[in-house]
Amino acid sequence: MLKIKFFRELASGIQTLMLHKLRSLLTMLGVVFGVGSVVAMLAVGEGASMEALEQIRKLGSNNIIISSVKSMDEETSSTTRSFISIYGLTYQDHERIQESFSTVKKNVPVKLMRKASRLGKRSLDLRVVGTSPQWFEVIPRTLLGGRSLNQTDMERKSAVVVLTEFGARKLLAGMNTIGQSIRIGGDSFEVVGIIKNETGQAGTIQIPDKDIDAYVPVTTAKTYFGDVTMKISSGSRLSEKVELHQIIVQVDTLSNVEPSALAIERMLTLFHKKKDYQINVPLALLKQAEATKRTFNIVLGSIAGISLLVGGIGIMNIMLASVTERIREIGIRRAIGARRRQIIIQFLIEAVVLSTVGGFIGIALGITIPWFITLFAKMPTVITPTGILLPLFVSIGIGIIFGLYPAARAARVDPIIALRHE
Amino acid sequence: METLSSQTVQDQRTVQDQKFVVQLENAKKLYTMGNQTVAALGGINVGFKKGSFWAIMGFSGSGKSTMMNIIGCLDRLTSGRYLFQGKDISGHGDDALSDIRLKHLGFIFQSFNLIPQLTVQRNIELPLYYLGWDANKSAAHARDLAAMVGLEDRLTHRPAELSGGQMQRVAIARALATNPDLILADEPTGNLDSKTSQQIMELLTTFHNAGKTIIMVTHESHIADYAGSRLYMKDGHIERTEGN
Repeated sequence: MLKIKFFRELASGIQTLMLHKLRSLLTMLGVVFGVGSVVAMLAVGEGASMEALEQIRKLGSNNIIISSVKSMDEETSSTTRSFISIYGLTYQDHERIQESFSTVKKNVPVKLMRKASRLGKRSLDLRVVGTSPQWFEVIPRTLLGGRSLNQTDMERKSAVVVLTEFGARKLLAGMNTIGQSIRIGGDSFEVVGIIKNETGQAGTIQIPDKDIDAYVPVTTAKTYFGDVTMKISSGSRLSEKVELHQIIVQVDTLSNVEPSALAIERMLTLFHKKKDYQINVPLALLKQAEATKRTFNIVLGSIAGISLLVGGIGIMNIMLASVTERIREIGIRRAIGARRRQIIIQFLIEAVVLSTVGGFIGIALGITIPWFITLFAKMPTVITPTGILLPLFVSIGIGIIFGLYPAARAARVDPIIALRHE
Repeated sequence: METLSSQTVQDQRTVQDQKFVVQLENAKKLYTMGNQTVAALGGINVGFKKGSFWAIMGFSGSGKSTMMNIIGCLDRLTSGRYLFQGKDISGHGDDALSDIRLKHLGFIFQSFNLIPQLTVQRNIELPLYYLGWDANKSAAHARDLAAMVGLEDRLTHRPAELSGGQMQRVAIARALATNPDLILADEPTGNLDSKTSQQIMELLTTFHNAGKTIIMVTHESHIADYAGSRLYMKDGHIERTEGN
């Protein structure tokens, strides 16, 4: 009996709204701009954080990066008159990490040195990265040719090198690449592979790769180049002895990343008198970046929410006017036998149609804006399904919330008074 | 047609319940204005039999509109009983009264009261829509009703495109749509010229002759003459009833 024929009600609502096209359109505008700005802002916000998160992910979310740093008191101390400063991570640290923690899946030593390289007349200043084969596994990198380092290279301390795409182009241009022999420092190394390296900055952590990197086995680096480097700065010589510049640790599961980082730090404090190392956890950065993103979204959401609220009030205003204007129609419908609930549904549907159509137009607008932003401001924008569905549902909700009061007013109309209304 | 005094209503009620469409027993409707209480209906006893055609007459303020609103289930009694088809509906809630209006009553108003944005067809279909009729079935029924009142060629017109007489015909068609037990006509010719008034009254008479029960409010005696029975109201009471 009280079966509400939703689609007929919907059709008649749309028909009524179409009688006043301009008024309906103007009523929708608030929701159109509200939803449009939500969609656009979410797209811009998502684009910006996506870029930051992508960089952090490149570092590997399961990784812990321990770096050697020259401690501050070492540098300023007047008592330390030695010509050689010894600091940083040691081979022993690397072994201890390997032996002490079951959660550690990969444990990569990194030794960094500046060396000039030559091939025929071409030369290039390389950053020699002495490392282990696992280097190529902790962060996935594409092998462009040849092979990466292997365990045999490590054991034999072979004079082999893996170049980056950039290095290969600079040094080996036009030549037979793999198997080519190049000079690094004073020694001859065989190029066994070329990789595509990852570059860029992720928060405060430098992505470990550089264009000028050349990867050699850490054992080879130690044998050929030693641990002492010499820097000439402002006329005086400064020698440094650093065994390992970085240790990159990969942990088995995400939940073990932070506890392992803490445990490693505790262990290192035991063996290092000074704090000449620093521990970076990309996951922590990732979490921080996500928290920032959340804050950003809340701020944007509130602003957009206010504009949607204004849109909703606009709808309520017009619906209230419409109830007054159509008070006689309400009286007629009630006299014929419409129940209060049916009057509520009629007016509610009109409000929801207004807000929903406004929502769809707003989404169309909101999709167009980021496209222009990307085109002209060269900013990345990302439109996610959530970024569209959320504002759409909110606009439907706005129609219900702000349509309810006018609809209830309509239903409360006394048919006797309404029918007498001129 | 029979005329019933208030006394005979009470005497015969128990035997003839089913014959009455509407019975009012000691029906009172009081309005409070400030500290004064005004009785729009001061304890009325009346019964309207099935198949009768009544005209309710009286000056403004006599209580005839209040009585129409009560009978039309648009208003509720302050005290007393309202029996519709023998059933006491005095205590019914808003939804139940809406349902009685929908299923059992048909309204015809002085100012036609059509919905301006709807076509003639949609206006006639309106009660069927609330009854939940299937769209095709109600469209066919609306076409039949329009033909019955001579408006089969005006189905797609809107009320504003029709003359007063045509609008009242649409209203009559709408009132008949649900095949109601009682038609309530509130000054049905009040906004029409005498020639059109005559046509409308003849149309109503046709439906009455076909068995419809009609209660009509009017202040024009020549319009009231179409009805078989007349009831005169004064100061919230029934002054007298007459008829054949």
